[in-house]
Amino acid sequence: MSDHTYTPKSKFGKWFNDRLPLLSLASHLTDYPTPKNLNYWWTFGGILTFCLLSQIITGLVLAMHYVAHADLAFNSVEHIMRDVNYGWLIRYIHSNGASMFFLAVYIHIFRSLFYGSYKSPREVIWILGMIIYLLMMATAFMGYVLPWGQMSFWGATVITNLFSAIPLVGESITTWLWGGYSVDNPTLTRFFSLHYLFPFLILGLVILHIWALHVPGNNNPIGIDVKKPSKDTVPFHPYITIKDLFALLIFLIIFSGFIFFAPNVLGHSDNYIQANPLVTPKHIVPEWYLLPFYAILRSVPDKLGGVILMFGSIFILMVLPWLDSSKVRSSVFRPLNKIFFWVLVVDVLALGYVGAMPAEGLYLFVARVGTIYYFAHFLVVLPLLSRIEKTQPLPLSITEPVLTGMPKAEFIKSDKRDV
Amino acid sequence: MCKFKRSSLSFLLFFFIITNFSYAEEMKIPKYDWSFKGITGTFDRSALQRGYQVYTEVCASCHSMNLLSYRNLGEKGGPEFSVEQVKAIAANFEVTDGPNSDGEMFTRPGRPSDKFVSPYPNIEAATAANGGAYPPDMSVLVKARKGGADYIYAVLMGYTEPPADFQLEDGVYYNKYMDGNKIKMSNPLADDLVSYADGTKATQSQMAKDVTTFLTWSAEPHLETRHKLGFKVVIFLIILSTLVYFSMRRLWSRIDPEN
Amino acid sequence: MSDSEKKNNRRDFLFTASYTVGAVGLGATIWPFIDQMNPDSSVKALATTEVDISQIEPGKSITVLWRGKPVFIKRRTDSEISEAQSVSLDDLKHPEKDEDRVKKAEWLVMMGICSHLGCVPLSDKGEYNGWFCPCHGSHYDTSGRIRKGPAPTNMEIPKYAFVDENTIRIG
Repeated sequence: MSDHTYTPKSKFGKWFNDRLPLLSLASHLTDYPTPKNLNYWWTFGGILTFCLLSQIITGLVLAMHYVAHADLAFNSVEHIMRDVNYGWLIRYIHSNGASMFFLAVYIHIFRSLFYGSYKSPREVIWILGMIIYLLMMATAFMGYVLPWGQMSFWGATVITNLFSAIPLVGESITTWLWGGYSVDNPTLTRFFSLHYLFPFLILGLVILHIWALHVPGNNNPIGIDVKKPSKDTVPFHPYITIKDLFALLIFLIIFSGFIFFAPNVLGHSDNYIQANPLVTPKHIVPEWYLLPFYAILRSVPDKLGGVILMFGSIFILMVLPWLDSSKVRSSVFRPLNKIFFWVLVVDVLALGYVGAMPAEGLYLFVARVGTIYYFAHFLVVLPLLSRIEKTQPLPLSITEPVLTGMPKAEFIKSDKRDV
Repeated sequence: MCKFKRSSLSFLLFFFIITNFSYAEEMKIPKYDWSFKGITGTFDRSALQRGYQVYTEVCASCHSMNLLSYRNLGEKGGPEFSVEQVKAIAANFEVTDGPNSDGEMFTRPGRPSDKFVSPYPNIEAATAANGGAYPPDMSVLVKARKGGADYIYAVLMGYTEPPADFQLEDGVYYNKYMDGNKIKMSNPLADDLVSYADGTKATQSQMAKDVTTFLTWSAEPHLETRHKLGFKVVIFLIILSTLVYFSMRRLWSRIDPEN
Repeated sequence: MSDSEKKNNRRDFLFTASYTVGAVGLGATIWPFIDQMNPDSSVKALATTEVDISQIEPGKSITVLWRGKPVFIKRRTDSEISEAQSVSLDDLKHPEKDEDRVKKAEWLVMMGICSHLGCVPLSDKGEYNGWFCPCHGSHYDTSGRIRKGPAPTNMEIPKYAFVDENTIRIG
């Protein structure tokens, strides 16, 4: 794990460290050589760690006051909002925290896409990240069910019904998921249990994600390998920690803006109506962060086909490192990929937009085009680009562009660099 | 730098999009300049007290508010009735309590800790008594309707003559702002329907405004605390991030003298 | 002071200020997470209970729940009152006059919690005609004072008041 050996100075420290090398671990994390040209898009890893911990802590508090029962859940959430000391604050941190968590994770993922951080030798980091993302979606979905409002109930109904599309066993699977013949109290209590469990699975995977990161070290905006430690790197602490901290504080200002001044703007007003199995809201929409997938689901006229495409859109990301075989990581040196990257960004935003709209007319058309492009991007564009794209020359080291702004001619190799 | 600008622009665009999802409304809801709007918004105490009067004298005959307790009326950030007033208000209501030592339910005058007494024993009874339309519980109504306070006010003021070709069944009324323009509640407000204790003239729009203010408070009783605390938190974060920014510059100057 | 020293001082000031402000913020953030476990406003609102005592016969007692704990309200007979008043303070483990434990001699209002480890004592039991705690064998007299057994103090008297002849407000 660590490139250097560390010996504690004190006798007790040495005794302890020989038995449990926590001090070695701390020293590794402190000195961990990090490329010094990381830009602010790289601070979202730290921000995400903060988001996870903040969700776990506020969630723990909410679970002390929440009652997981179909008859009591809605009122117990309102009890938190009205009576519990600072309950409104803690709940608003938790509910808006979910949105901020996804905002950060999307930036983190798109950063990785732009700078090719998923490429060799970081495929395992990427796959772990995708599993974390999947678990996050599952956790967020189940958490949204807990207040037992109209959107909770009907969102749960729609999403669990996805599984009924599976041939032969579909019906039994949904019945099993519900613990009954519809979404009801058994569904709520099991969702609560799992909603409590999943964040700790995510935490475990995050540790693996960081562990896997510390083997090859960070990618960087130039995308070339750096020698560690060298003049291209800085120790993680204090240089990166303070930069992460600054970015986190800016992030917290936006976060606070939502919590204190627009706490319900990201939610849906129907969720302040208690769940009613007899009345479906006019438009059922998931939370904003799931909208692109919802658009993909609805763009297919076939039930099973829609479900397959929706899950496919996530699983296709898992094999991304093998779909894009370009040797150059950073899109800074990939003029074509850079363009297609932004097309993908716009595509996903457009899918998100139409996901919130009724599935008809122009919206449905946009959703279909968007879905086709989404899959084409990964299955056609990226494999093709890796063959035909003429990449720009890579600098030999990151020090030069950092120090002078422009790579010096003698540091630039004229041909493609093997990485 | 150009790249940074572009990425932050796309970031802002993204934000703009996610915060602006909205459906095409049948009718544009007019916006009012409520005192509780904006980042420093607070409630108008006397409007809240008048709003409570409108609620008990007009709305409460059909609409429950079962998330509120009488004590809330005296709490900070709300109508702030005095302790004696709250006790007197609560004592006006008959609360079912029990069972007593004989196993019987009994009624007694309300106490501040009691929940608002509902006009009907259950949802089914409320639905049956109102021509098949359940008068929704109003505790969080403002948060449960798109458009919030503006929408509630608009509906209260939206009773007009239907267009000539508009078909209305019995017991259904025309409302400009209601979904489908049909509402099962007749126009609940009229000039001088209540007589305000503080001498304010009880016009229809005055009552609508007061009761909307009251409902906004009941949906979000900690709104004032939230605004005040939020202001402090944001200022604190700006100070801290400035300090951290300069500390960061100083630290990195060891590596990058230009910074 | 040399230039580099000045620079150093400023750096120290910046870092110290950042740490201090950060620590203050962290402290302030922790408070809501601690305070949320304190009794909430709906619990605090139930802090007083009014009890109708008109139905209690002499010699009988009722138990009411106040703040989740039992409160004994006993209408004592004349013999029980004189028994409680005649005890010499020297015989008591926790010396308290009966007059100091009641507002009206007829009515004993007392937390029904044994001062040993929180069990609920049984009434009209024990060697002193008062209460007896079955958990560890503490005997209380007709004034709820500890006479024998491991309990260290008399049973506690809650804050209460007579609203009128027939009503007691506890809390």
